[in-house]
Amino acid sequence: MVSRPRALRALVAVAAAALALPALAACGGGDDDKNAVVVYNAQHEELIDAVAKAFTKKTGIEVKLRNGSDLELANQLVAEGKASPADVFLTENSPAMALVDSKDLFEPLDATTLDRIPAQYRPADGHWTGFAGRSTVLVYNKAMVKEADLPTSLLDLADPKWKGKVSFSPTGADFQAIVAGVLALKGEAATKAWLEGIKANGTTYKGNNVVLQSVNAGEVATGIIYHYYWYRDQEEAGDNSNDSALHFFGNADPGAFVSTSGAGVLENGKHGADAKKFVDYLTSKEGQQIIADSYALEYTLNPEVPLGRDVKPFGELQPPSVGISDLDSKKVVELMQDADLL
Amino acid sequence: MTVLPARRGASALPLVGLVVVLLALIPLGYVVYAVLAMGPADLHALLWRPRVGELLRNTLLLMLATVALTVLLGLGCAFLVCRTDLRLRGWWHGLLAAPLAVPAFVNSYGWVSLTNDVQSYLGTVLVVSLSYYPLVYLPVTGALVSLEAAPEEVARSLGRGRTAAFFSAALPRLLPAVLGGALLVGLHVLAEFGALQLLNYDTFTTAIYGQYQSSFASDAGTALSGVLVVLCILLLTVELLGRGSRRVDRVGKGTGRRPEPIRLGWRTVPVLGLLTGLTVLALGVPLYSLAHWLRVGSSTAFPVDELTSALASTVGLALGGAALTMAMAMPLAWLVVRRRGVVSTVLERAAYTANSLPGIVVALALVTVSIRYAPSVYQTVPVLLLAYAILFLPRALVSVRSSLEQAPPLLDDVARSLGLSAWRTFLRVTVRLVAPGVGAGLALVFLAVSTELTATLLLSPIGTTTLATEFWSNSSSVRYGAAAPYAVLLVLAAVPATVMLSRQVRPERTA
Repeated sequence: MVSRPRALRALVAVAAAALALPALAACGGGDDDKNAVVVYNAQHEELIDAVAKAFTKKTGIEVKLRNGSDLELANQLVAEGKASPADVFLTENSPAMALVDSKDLFEPLDATTLDRIPAQYRPADGHWTGFAGRSTVLVYNKAMVKEADLPTSLLDLADPKWKGKVSFSPTGADFQAIVAGVLALKGEAATKAWLEGIKANGTTYKGNNVVLQSVNAGEVATGIIYHYYWYRDQEEAGDNSNDSALHFFGNADPGAFVSTSGAGVLENGKHGADAKKFVDYLTSKEGQQIIADSYALEYTLNPEVPLGRDVKPFGELQPPSVGISDLDSKKVVELMQDADLL
Repeated sequence: MTVLPARRGASALPLVGLVVVLLALIPLGYVVYAVLAMGPADLHALLWRPRVGELLRNTLLLMLATVALTVLLGLGCAFLVCRTDLRLRGWWHGLLAAPLAVPAFVNSYGWVSLTNDVQSYLGTVLVVSLSYYPLVYLPVTGALVSLEAAPEEVARSLGRGRTAAFFSAALPRLLPAVLGGALLVGLHVLAEFGALQLLNYDTFTTAIYGQYQSSFASDAGTALSGVLVVLCILLLTVELLGRGSRRVDRVGKGTGRRPEPIRLGWRTVPVLGLLTGLTVLALGVPLYSLAHWLRVGSSTAFPVDELTSALASTVGLALGGAALTMAMAMPLAWLVVRRRGVVSTVLERAAYTANSLPGIVVALALVTVSIRYAPSVYQTVPVLLLAYAILFLPRALVSVRSSLEQAPPLLDDVARSLGLSAWRTFLRVTVRLVAPGVGAGLALVFLAVSTELTATLLLSPIGTTTLATEFWSNSSSVRYGAAAPYAVLLVLAAVPATVMLSRQVRPERTA
């Protein structure tokens, strides 16, 4: 046991410096950031970053992003309540918007912003709006399922003949939005039976990308995901999508449900006017064009700016008509807990 | 951080310990509050269902197998390196400690992108154990190195064989190190999120994240974490019982003579095969995958500015987090070792309990508390560092505690009798004796903070990106290529701490 005063002193010095360092780094931003619009962003970071940069260039208004996932940030907003530093909330799916709205934290948007988006993709009360869409699809392994054998409805996957051939990611906000769609269209009893059926038939994974990868690798024949995972992987390297294909249900089937990415302005934000300008920009022709041109491959919702690209056109999706305010996420969680999926 | 006037003396330390524990208990209080607010009927409905049974089974099976495998690997490798005539032992020692530099979720990403077969119970046990075994290997090596030959020779002179002598005379002295390592592994398994998410293995922690990712289910997530706390208390009790009230300190260096190394002879080849195999599995696979994605992914890019700023904030936060955690752990460890008693044991165990909660629960607890009672520091570095300290206090405690146990209290008493106050004795004598443990604790916490995800996401100052959060956001949006550079930097950032840890316990026969 030798005492090592020198080593220790060095250690203490390093520790003290370390404590001071991040504090200094945090101050680096300085006061000029105070007027920036604070966006809690659960949408893809690179996408919103591109929109924010263009917005700042155009208006001179700075934007700061806090990135996270849908319900992580929604829960954080609820925990923060009226003291929240957030001005804007952006999500990938609408249930997280509904959660924040249920606590009366949103400020209604202006009519000019709302009018750009078809009524189907925003709540009637105008508390927030959709700005991008993602279509439900069934991804299937081309060697394991013949095109002719594909199900005509998402609900068919609960049939025992699909045993061992289905996969999905129940803990994600994405899948829960799809279940909410099924619930709104088919009612509680049918949804319950469907969940029990796919639980019995299926393999669960954590994340749609993993579902895609497993289907492509031949671990399981089909998977319930959103369209862009597959298209984006095709643009990446195709590693996870070259042996699989997408099946769009169409026909207003619950499996053709289009989930809505939402944007809202928080009532207690400190930069209300600028926050509204940002959401307005997001739905404007210019903002939507950035989304359409980005790597995201999600559908733009402003009809003046179609996605284009090599993705099945939005107009051909034939989604079921589900009112966005009809999505009962609370019930969805209960049903999924009852089915032992959560 | 905990700067106290030098004269406060003895009464200040227990007080500091109490404050530390109270801070560490904030998340637990949040959980208890949520459980109570839920009401017995809802709680029963949430907990009494097959899914919870499945999670309990999964969690326990994973924990038992992982603890067993890591102890086997850790103890076995430490024995081979320290007690046999293995060549290039220093080199093997470095390789065996090196997996610490590869975060468990990066290791899992490497394995999963190589084969989906690891997405199973056995696969998960394997991958997680490969990431965690250095947590047992290092403390056991440290303990083995400091053991001298005498006790075993006495046992052999009493007629025992070489193996029996090792088991009866050496192993009990290794027990604190084995138990401390096993406890860390057990706590890690309870709290592990990223790796298990990638390996598609459900435990309470991944299910709690699942609940938090569901709208309106955050209360359920918080209540589920109550179960985790109970599991943690069980684990701590088991470890406490195994530890007993044995004391392992000694004064003086003894004769310093080391046991004769065991000649491997014909066993050299299989031993080398085993060690090589382990290294390939634990290091080769993740590094190969990283190289593969760097080469193949078309999204691979090297955004120098973003990489540099993520690296800088990761290192800064990890250093700060390590320093604060250590500052909080030292008085607590001192209390536990030097003022043995029910109160200090409860205080120490309470600090561990807080750690069993997943990062998201700790983070949301601090969100709730800080925005209400200290809004001016909300989303600032100090609160984030506090979250790290709460999450990783046990890593620091285990290290300081074990080296404090080796330091005889007699030296403290001598210092006091020579007229030093208790506080000065602590600073001038005790702290120096535990310097190696402090170093190890700092390094362990550094590694933990640099890979932390959730608390960082929720509590960091806005705009802060770390290597871990960037890696995670890229890999979860199928941009494996883009994720790879962050993972590589994450591994590189972990190298100094890992080297420090492995050099602390050198198996070279210099004594």
